[in-house]
Amino acid sequence: MSTQFATQERVSYLTQLLNLRSPANSDFSEIRDRAAVWLQELAIPTTRDEDWRFTDLSSLLDIQFQAPPKVEISPETIAEFVLPETAQSHLVFVNGKYASTLSNLEALPEGVFVGNIAQLSAQKRDRLGEYLAQQPGNEEVFTTLNTASLSDVAIVWAAKNKAIETPIQLLFVAATGDAPTLVQPRCLVVAEAHSSLTLIEQYTSTTAGCPDAKGDRVYFTNSVAELWVADNAQIEHVRMQRDAGNAFHIGKTAVTQSRDSRYTCHAIGFGSKLSRHNLDVFQAGEGTQTTLNGLTLISGQQVADTHSTIALNCPNGTANQLHKCIIDGSAHGIFDGRVCVPKAAQLTNASQLNRNLLLSPKARVNTKPQLEIVADNVKCAHGATVSQLEEDEVFYLQSRGLDRQASEHLLVDAFGAEILQQIPVSSIGKILSQCVSCRTYLT
Amino acid sequence: MISKDSDIILSVKNLTATVEETPILKGLNLEIKAGEIHAIMGPNGSGKSTFSKILAGHPDYEVTGGEVIFQGQNLLELETQERALAGIFLAFQYPIEIPGVSNLDFLRVAYNSHRKHKGLEELDTFDFEDLVEERLDVVKMDASFLNRSVNEGFSGGEKKRNEILQMALLEPSLAILDETDSGLDIDALKIVANGVNQLAKPENATLMITHYQRLLNYVVPDFVHVMYDGKILQSGGKELALKLEDRGYDWAIEEHEAALV
Ligand SMILES: Nc1ncnc2c1ncn2[C@@H]1O[C@H](COP(=O)(O)OP(=O)(O)OP(=O)(O)O)[C@@H](O)[C@H]1O
Ligand SMILES: [Mg+2]
Repeated sequence: MSTQFATQERVSYLTQLLNLRSPANSDFSEIRDRAAVWLQELAIPTTRDEDWRFTDLSSLLDIQFQAPPKVEISPETIAEFVLPETAQSHLVFVNGKYASTLSNLEALPEGVFVGNIAQLSAQKRDRLGEYLAQQPGNEEVFTTLNTASLSDVAIVWAAKNKAIETPIQLLFVAATGDAPTLVQPRCLVVAEAHSSLTLIEQYTSTTAGCPDAKGDRVYFTNSVAELWVADNAQIEHVRMQRDAGNAFHIGKTAVTQSRDSRYTCHAIGFGSKLSRHNLDVFQAGEGTQTTLNGLTLISGQQVADTHSTIALNCPNGTANQLHKCIIDGSAHGIFDGRVCVPKAAQLTNASQLNRNLLLSPKARVNTKPQLEIVADNVKCAHGATVSQLEEDEVFYLQSRGLDRQASEHLLVDAFGAEILQQIPVSSIGKILSQCVSCRTYLT
Repeated sequence: MISKDSDIILSVKNLTATVEETPILKGLNLEIKAGEIHAIMGPNGSGKSTFSKILAGHPDYEVTGGEVIFQGQNLLELETQERALAGIFLAFQYPIEIPGVSNLDFLRVAYNSHRKHKGLEELDTFDFEDLVEERLDVVKMDASFLNRSVNEGFSGGEKKRNEILQMALLEPSLAILDETDSGLDIDALKIVANGVNQLAKPENATLMITHYQRLLNYVVPDFVHVMYDGKILQSGGKELALKLEDRGYDWAIEEHEAALV
């Protein structure tokens, strides 16, 4: 049993984390101050908080985190994370700070800005106040901590009517030393009206070899990504959480969609000892389409928690969610998905499914798909399944000459493929499907 | 094709087996030689599928007695995949669907597992596709089935044809067809039967389980066996199937019971 910390300790722990922030930059002082005030009212959640029932953060509180060290990392270290499709369209942040020498944006077409906050034009800077830290749900404790600590922001900004074909990779690398480190990456994505873009938001570490291998370094990634999808705009968003095996990862994705916009998230969670993804989508205009695909792959002692909310607030919206978990070893998966359909959201269409594949007798999952429907003229369905490998399927494959391991491998692969095949950047699907077989059969 | 001095492919002696402690097979005897085509007929529930799944190594069934020798090896000691690699192939009565696994990938992995077993180099995607396209012709299947998930959404007849396609690729020495003819319309039946005939060679053998004489018009058996209550009651030539079709099973059961008294 882990100890439950007294409230006072959970408040002061948060203050300690806040005190690790770097000095204010004039761009952010107002936003930071406001968040810092909120933070005084907040504490690190316990399992008595409904939203954190199954995800116990006590082990976090045992650790004294420090501000990230200043490190130089080589382009070779970064090269292994850069995708063939983004060789000239990747922006690198190391420990939450922009690394210009590691970034390459040569292939970016006109009409899109990709860079850090310091590079933003005065014009766009004037409009920053409309977007930065303005998403609903900002007052959530870890989002508030990130906002109160703001020092650098990765920004992707597509201009009106621009269809950006080249995928854009935001690579957030943790390069930490021996001491436990807190890193707080932040990104802001604006797709103006009728624009479209494909974004890869990736969290990883410099631990050599497999990015989610069990490194001995402890760090805590507390990330926030805010996405604004304007009228009739489109974002394809791949979020890859591949922090190292001893890391904590708490990440927020906040999306606001305007009229007729389309947003698809492919949320991949393979890494970290303990991870939490808060995914909030707010449909703020009529006729918006939201698609959330997710794949969690965990083993050993990993805990991975996905909490999503889709708020359909206007008529004629659609929301489709499929979240899958492959859970091996003694790992523990948590899925909590809310789809809210208030009175105003008539003629909407929502479906939500969480499917879990348990590969070992000690693997666990808690799943809670929830539809909150008030509107009466809607089509909604939701569900969750928990299964093991089907013995009959394994037998069928074995009866054709595959050994047990190859049979299981093919079936696990197939389970993950439903999500991976939909990722619009083809190299990612290939890399990740190799990881699925490697992770489930070599550990 | 019967030839006296052919090698024995399968020899089953006094086989007994249970499922969840209920006896299903109760002393089954059968011998199959190279080049022969055998048919087993028998009422529902007599244990035909059980027998075929036991040969394939299904874990639900427990063999409680007797022996099964397959090409000189004790079959019952082998794992399911070892039996497949040794040359046993079961076309299932109810082929299962495997969502998410592409039929082409499945066929390639299965085929290559046999190549590897024989010490041959595995075929790459391109060479394998050429081979499959050629074998598709055996069952007159459209190439579009290759890109779908294994059996998913296939009609009954398409599933059966997919089984024969696998057989055509894996070239087993003993093919066991469990009611591969059931649910097929006459055109599909002819296609399947034609495939089975093409694949029958002097060095391999075929065991068909069927309820209908209709199949046996197209794939002519050398031996017909009547199975009832976990045993072979009677064996004969192809004329036995005609008699069964004409008169049902009751007479065979009565004759058997009379002989016991
Ligand atoms: N896995 C199982 N669990 C329980 N009972 C089983 C199982 N498999 C077979 N049986 C039982 O064993 C008996 C023989 O079944 P089997 O499927 O072998 O018959 P069959 O001769 O193939 O019949 P059919 O002509 O209907 O296909 C039946 O009573 C069946 O209910
Ligand atoms: Mg049967």
